[in-house]
Amino acid sequence: MKRKLLAILLSTAMICSLTACGGTGSTGNTTDSTNDSTADNTVEENTADAGTDAGADNTADAGAENAGEGGSLTGTLKLGIIGPLTGGAALYGNAVDHGAQIAVEEINAVSSDFKIELNAQDDEHDAEKSVNAYNNLKDWSAQAIIGCVTTTPCVAVASEAYADRMFMLTPSASATSVTEGNDNVFQLCFSDPNQGSASAQYIDDNGLAENIAIIYNNSDAYSTGIYQTFQAKADELGMNVVSVTTFTDDTANDFSVQLTEAQNAEADLIFLPIYYTPASLIMQQAASMDYEVEMFGVDGMDGILSLEGFDTSLAEGVMLLTPFSADATDDLTSSFVSKFEGAHSETPSQFAADGYDCPYAIYEALKYYADNNGGLNVDGMSYEDICDILVSVFSDSNFSVDGVTGEGMTWTAAGEVNKAPKAVVIEDGVYVGL
Amino acid sequence: MKKLSKSSRSSFVNYAIVIIFYIIFQTLVSAGKLSSSLSGQLIPICTYVIMALALNLVVGISGELSLGHAGFMSVGAFSGVVVATALQDVITLSPLRLILAIITGAVIAAIAGTIIGVPVLRLQGDYLAIVTLAFGEIIKNVMNCLYIGADSHGLHFSMKDGNSLNMETGGTVIINGPMGALGIKKISTFLSAIILVLIVLFIIQNLVNSRAGRAIKAIRDNRIAAESCGLNIMKYKMMAFVLSAAMAGAAGALYALNYSTVVPKKFDFNTSILILVFVVLGGIGNLRGSIIAAAILTVLPELLRQFQDYRMLVYAIVLILVMIITNNSKAKEVFGKTLAKIFKRPAKGQA
Repeated sequence: MKRKLLAILLSTAMICSLTACGGTGSTGNTTDSTNDSTADNTVEENTADAGTDAGADNTADAGAENAGEGGSLTGTLKLGIIGPLTGGAALYGNAVDHGAQIAVEEINAVSSDFKIELNAQDDEHDAEKSVNAYNNLKDWSAQAIIGCVTTTPCVAVASEAYADRMFMLTPSASATSVTEGNDNVFQLCFSDPNQGSASAQYIDDNGLAENIAIIYNNSDAYSTGIYQTFQAKADELGMNVVSVTTFTDDTANDFSVQLTEAQNAEADLIFLPIYYTPASLIMQQAASMDYEVEMFGVDGMDGILSLEGFDTSLAEGVMLLTPFSADATDDLTSSFVSKFEGAHSETPSQFAADGYDCPYAIYEALKYYADNNGGLNVDGMSYEDICDILVSVFSDSNFSVDGVTGEGMTWTAAGEVNKAPKAVVIEDGVYVGL
Repeated sequence: MKKLSKSSRSSFVNYAIVIIFYIIFQTLVSAGKLSSSLSGQLIPICTYVIMALALNLVVGISGELSLGHAGFMSVGAFSGVVVATALQDVITLSPLRLILAIITGAVIAAIAGTIIGVPVLRLQGDYLAIVTLAFGEIIKNVMNCLYIGADSHGLHFSMKDGNSLNMETGGTVIINGPMGALGIKKISTFLSAIILVLIVLFIIQNLVNSRAGRAIKAIRDNRIAAESCGLNIMKYKMMAFVLSAAMAGAAGALYALNYSTVVPKKFDFNTSILILVFVVLGGIGNLRGSIIAAAILTVLPELLRQFQDYRMLVYAIVLILVMIITNNSKAKEVFGKTLAKIFKRPAKGQA
């Protein structure tokens, strides 16, 4: 009995100590307090400086800004983020969260009257948990949502948000089913059909290949979605797809079967609509088979160069379509990349860049509205009203945002983004624009 | 009331718990006093309660360890979605569509249960666990390759890809391989979920207290003795297993029709284990325990959101605490020896 008491006591003590940690953790996640807790002076200065730069860049086209030509934007906007912060897809959720935090710090630094408060909730890349996270944010009285990061949860949350009239801007959920029928949901990333058909179009236009092989992950919605649209476009253009092979998350270790089939079919280009981890294995195994073939990827391939333990020479000549490359030299990108590297000691992925652009897009949209309608105070506004404002601005073809993932981004009323895909090729271990 | 046997009194307490739960939460919802976080979880709670009850029938009453119950849930979920979506224009009354979907889910899961049960229930102990685990994974992978579409000609099936469904324009793809079912019309309601819980509870409690139920328990306690008394072992084991599969299928249909999307990946090994955790923590063979454990453990991760990154760690600690604190004698019969090994002390059951 004594031992049991002791055990209970000890575990209670453990929980209490965790509560303490948890407390700081939770404040760490809302950006208001991040500003305080990262009391590091240099960081704050940096934020302020670059923030003004970025702010100036960002707002250049909208014209009338802090000076208050039109109306001014005031109040505190409560912005929720939903994404996988734990579990298998945590990499993407955390990247978006970190990117968004940097953007919010910058926005809070440049504008004195308008603040954004962030609250990131975990969905573990699961539809059920994601709806729970969404409801949790509603209880927190969130006024708009950035998310969800991954496609399947996003579809589930989008229909809830549609019924509630809550505005959603997803940084990276690329399936069309996310925006279909939901006028309140907008995408910051390319949709899957865009990526698949743009890739097929690009390969065909540039005559990159005669025989094409495709290896895709058929247990993954993203990969299958791009494959289907690629295949449809390839059939339309009369391209010669000689081999289509699949793998699943459980069999993503050995690709010799798929590669052998591609080799036997004399494919001279392999289209890989997959994430970079399996792609790196495919490159390694192709090299060990002495199979010389071109590889063509999509935005999921981004990040392959920063993969630990990967021989980047294997990725030499790999082409990919991506909206963001961390090596770009424009001011906006370089300031974001240096800030991200300073805060998290890693190179931002395309997900982080998407996350960075989302708060700016919402901020710009609110400011655009305030300018044209004689001011806006978001304090205490219901999410329905914010949703109406944001939907009207995002559907407005005159509204555009410059971000790190594209210049002059505009949105269709259906919720899809218009921006130019950048095709890059890996040369000497860095991305080079094509 | 005096004439009621102990077991029927216990059954009525269980019904009362479910009905009181419904009344309290329905009142709170209609008064607008319930947080959106909790009100969004009412139907999932009911689903997991049904899953825990169904699994308890196999694990607790019939004494077989099944690690593939999420597979039956998956079968029920997708067949329910196909029925509900395909009949969308024919039957406009959504409660009727929901009932049809749940019945179809239950029937198809029962068929899957029969197919898997006939060979597998001849195995015992670990082997049964391994085969059911494999079954769950097989279902997940089959669903990942399954494409079903509907147009004016009826349903189209394909195991290759969405393009080979050969549908006329305007047809809808209901199940799209790994992307699962998209654009489901949500027709599950809290009331229907509670009614389903009550039906499942009614079936299980009446089975357990019937002649067949006593036979099932006799087989669990001593297979050889039961066999020597002339009990048909396979028949009774199948009865429990197929019934359990059907209930899991019904729960799956209810679950899927509560979300606008459902993917095969959701019903993986982890979900099977999660349900087993509900059963074990509630007490193996203890129906009331399963109901309470499933409800609390479904809500718990949401209540722990304030812990942020430490959420799942705290969740695990709570699970361990519950295991230590609750002194369920039945659970200990089965797990006493294992627990004793883990904690390196004699099982309390003998003390």
